[in-house]
Amino acid sequence: MAGAATQVSVESAPRIMRLVAECSRSRARAGELRLPHGTVATPVFMPVGTQATMKGITTEQLDALGCRICLGNTYHLGLRPGPELIQKANGLHGFMNWPHNLLTDSGGFQMVSLVSLSEVTEEGVRFRSPYDGNETLLSPEKSVQIQNALGSDIIMQLDDVVSSTVTGPRVEEAMYRSIRWLDRCIAAHQRPDKQNLFAIIQGGLDADLRATCLEEMTKRDVPGFAIGGLSGGESKAQFWRMVALSTSRLPKDKPRYLMGVGYATDLVVCVALGCDMFDCVFPTRTARFGSALVPTGNLQLRKKVFEKDFGPIDPECTCPTCQNHSRAFLHALLHSDNTAALHHLTVHNIAYQLQLMSAVRTSIVEKRFPDFVRDFMGTMYGDPTLCPTWATDALASVGITLG
Amino acid sequence: MKLSLTKVVNGCRLGKIKNLGKTRDHTMDIPGCLLYTKTGSAPHLTHHTLRNIHGVPAMVQLTLSSLAEHHEVLTEYKEGVGKFIGMPESLLYCSLHDPVSPCPAGYVTNKSASVWGVSGRVEMTVSKFMAIQQALQPDWFQCLSDGEVSCKEATSIKRARKSVDRSLLFLDSCLRLQEESEVLQKSVIIGVIEGGDVMEERLRSARETAKRPVGGFLLDGFQGNPTTLETRLRLLSSVTAELPEDKPRLISGISRPDEVLECIERGVDLFESFFPYQVTERGCALTFSFDYQPNPEETLLQQNGTQEEIKCVDDMKKIETTGCNQEITSFEINLKEKN
Repeated sequence: MAGAATQVSVESAPRIMRLVAECSRSRARAGELRLPHGTVATPVFMPVGTQATMKGITTEQLDALGCRICLGNTYHLGLRPGPELIQKANGLHGFMNWPHNLLTDSGGFQMVSLVSLSEVTEEGVRFRSPYDGNETLLSPEKSVQIQNALGSDIIMQLDDVVSSTVTGPRVEEAMYRSIRWLDRCIAAHQRPDKQNLFAIIQGGLDADLRATCLEEMTKRDVPGFAIGGLSGGESKAQFWRMVALSTSRLPKDKPRYLMGVGYATDLVVCVALGCDMFDCVFPTRTARFGSALVPTGNLQLRKKVFEKDFGPIDPECTCPTCQNHSRAFLHALLHSDNTAALHHLTVHNIAYQLQLMSAVRTSIVEKRFPDFVRDFMGTMYGDPTLCPTWATDALASVGITLG
Repeated sequence: MKLSLTKVVNGCRLGKIKNLGKTRDHTMDIPGCLLYTKTGSAPHLTHHTLRNIHGVPAMVQLTLSSLAEHHEVLTEYKEGVGKFIGMPESLLYCSLHDPVSPCPAGYVTNKSASVWGVSGRVEMTVSKFMAIQQALQPDWFQCLSDGEVSCKEATSIKRARKSVDRSLLFLDSCLRLQEESEVLQKSVIIGVIEGGDVMEERLRSARETAKRPVGGFLLDGFQGNPTTLETRLRLLSSVTAELPEDKPRLISGISRPDEVLECIERGVDLFESFFPYQVTERGCALTFSFDYQPNPEETLLQQNGTQEEIKCVDDMKKIETTGCNQEITSFEINLKEKN
C-alpha cells in the first residue's frame, strides 16, 4: 500500500462502517456508521439543508423525525457567511444548532449547476460569486480548508464534475483530474481523526473510465467512497449499470454513498445494487411545490380532487402532519398565502423518506428484502411487473425477480 | 360564560373570563390577546413549532376573509373549523377581516357586507353569513357589520350614522337567525361598535348594541396610523364607559405594545396579535423590555438631545421593504443590517 501513490498519507483510515446484515440474493446491506456525532443506521437517506438550514423546518423538527445525518452545502456556506464566521459559531453544528451528524460536499457540484461563468483548470475551479461578484478559486486545498472549518463529520473531496450528458475527452480528463485532486485533498486534510474524507468515483457513463477510476481511488485508504457524476440527465439504463459497476468494485467494508439519488424507486433499486447512503433535494423541493410523497407515488395537494378529502396524506405515516392534518386542510392552506402549508409538507416528505429507508433496512435485517422490493413495486406501480424496465433489469442483475 | 373582574386600576380591568367554550370549562385572563392566524394556521408555524412557544393565547382568531371561500368544504365536513384546522381543543373567535390587510371601501350595502379572501371578494347577506358561521361553529364570532368608515380618512356624519344603523340591523337579523338554529346557539355573538370618529354616533352605537343579548363587544374602527389613534383614544374612553362591565371588550386592528397599553387604560380587554407577524415580514426581531416608556422615541431624544441624533432616529424608523414603506418600530431590530 505504501508504494502505490507517492503523495498519499499512509495512515490507515478508520473503519467507520459495521455491517449488520447482508441480503443473500442481492447486494443489499444493512449497517451502522460510527461517526463523531453518533451512530447512523444504513441504508440511510440524508436530507439536504442548503444554507445551514433545512428549508422550512427547524433542526428540532428534523431531530424529532429521527434524522441523524443531513447535508450542508460548502458552496453556499463557504461564500456566505464564510468559514471564519462559522468557526466562531462553533462550526456548522453550532451555527445550525444540529447535534447529530453533518456531511458537507466539496462545492464542486454547485459549480456545474449554479454558476454559468466558471472555469476549471488543474489548479481548481475559478468562478464569480453571485453574492458579491468577487472572483474566487475553489481548489482542492481550499475546499478541504473550508470543510475543516465547518467541522462536518463527513467531508467530500473536490472532484472535477462533468455532466453525465457530456461525452468525449473531457470525461477522461475530469476522471484523472479527480484522482489527482483526491490526493491533494488527502494531503490538505488537517483533521482526519475528527472528519471523514470520502473519495468520489467519476468516469461518466464510460465503463472503462469508471473502472480505471475505481481501481485507482480504491488504492487510497479513505474511510468511504461516493459514486458521483450520475443522477444528471443520463438515461436510467445507463445510470444503473454505472452504479452496479461501481458497487462491484468498491470494498465491502466501507460505506458507498450514491450522490443525488432520492426518488423512492431509485432508492430501493440502488440499495439492492449495494449502496448505503443517499442524498437528494427532491423530497424537500417537491414539498415546496405542494407535492406530498406517498407509497403510491405523490399527491399534488393543490388539485381540486383533494378539496374535500378529509383523511391524512398517508394513514400509515406517523409524522406530525399526518397525525394532525387532513388533505383538505392542506389543500386550503396551499391556496392561501400562509407558508405553513409548505412546512407541513416538508416535514411529511422527509418523514416519508426516512420511514422508507427504515423499512428497507428492517427487511434486510429480517432476511426478506427481495419480498419487500416486490411489495414496494406492487404498491408503487399497481403490479410488480409494471415497474419500469430499467428497474426490473437492475434488480434482475442482482438476483431479484419481480413476479 | 362569566367575566369576573378582580380589580380596576386607572381604567385598566384585570380579571378572568370563565366557563368558555362548548364544554364550558375554558378560562381566559384579561387583559389578553388572541392568536393571529391566516387560513386557520399561525403564519409559518406548524403544530410542532407553535407548541414550543411559551404562553400561546388560549383563544385563536380566525378570519372570515380567509375562510369564507371554504364554506362548502366546511359544510360538508360538518365537524367545525376547529377540528378542520387541527386545533380541536382551542377556543375560536372569528373576526370578519384580516387586521393586516386593509379592506377596500365601497362594498357594504343595506343587505350585505363583503370580505376579501385569496380568491377575491365574498359578498355575504345576513343569511349567508350565518350559514357560514353554522359551518364554522366558532365559540365567538364578530357579527356582520359595516366597518368601512374606518377605511376612509375623513368620516361624514351621514356615513358614520349609516355604519351604526346598518350594523344594528345586521345584529338584530343575526340574533333572530341564531334563535332558530341549535348549532348557532352554541356560539356567542360579539356586537360591533361603529360610528367612525363621530362621538354622538359612537355613543349611540355603544348604547344600542349594549341593549342586545350579545356576549361581548368589538370596538371597530379605532385602527389606523399612530397619529389617528391618539385622537381616537379620547373617543375610546367615552365608548367603553357606556358598555356593561361584565362583558368582554375586544378591539380590532390594535397590536403594537404601546397602543395596546393605551387601550387597556381605556377599558379594553382583548387584542389581536398580528404585530409579531408584521415584524417578521420585514425581517425584524422583537426585542423590547417590559419597562414601559410612554414615548420611547422621545425618551431617547431627551437622553441624547442633539439635532443630529433626532434626525438619525427619524431616518432609522423608515425603511422600504419590497416596495412598501414599512416603519420599523422601536420594539424591534432589523436582522438584515450588517452589524
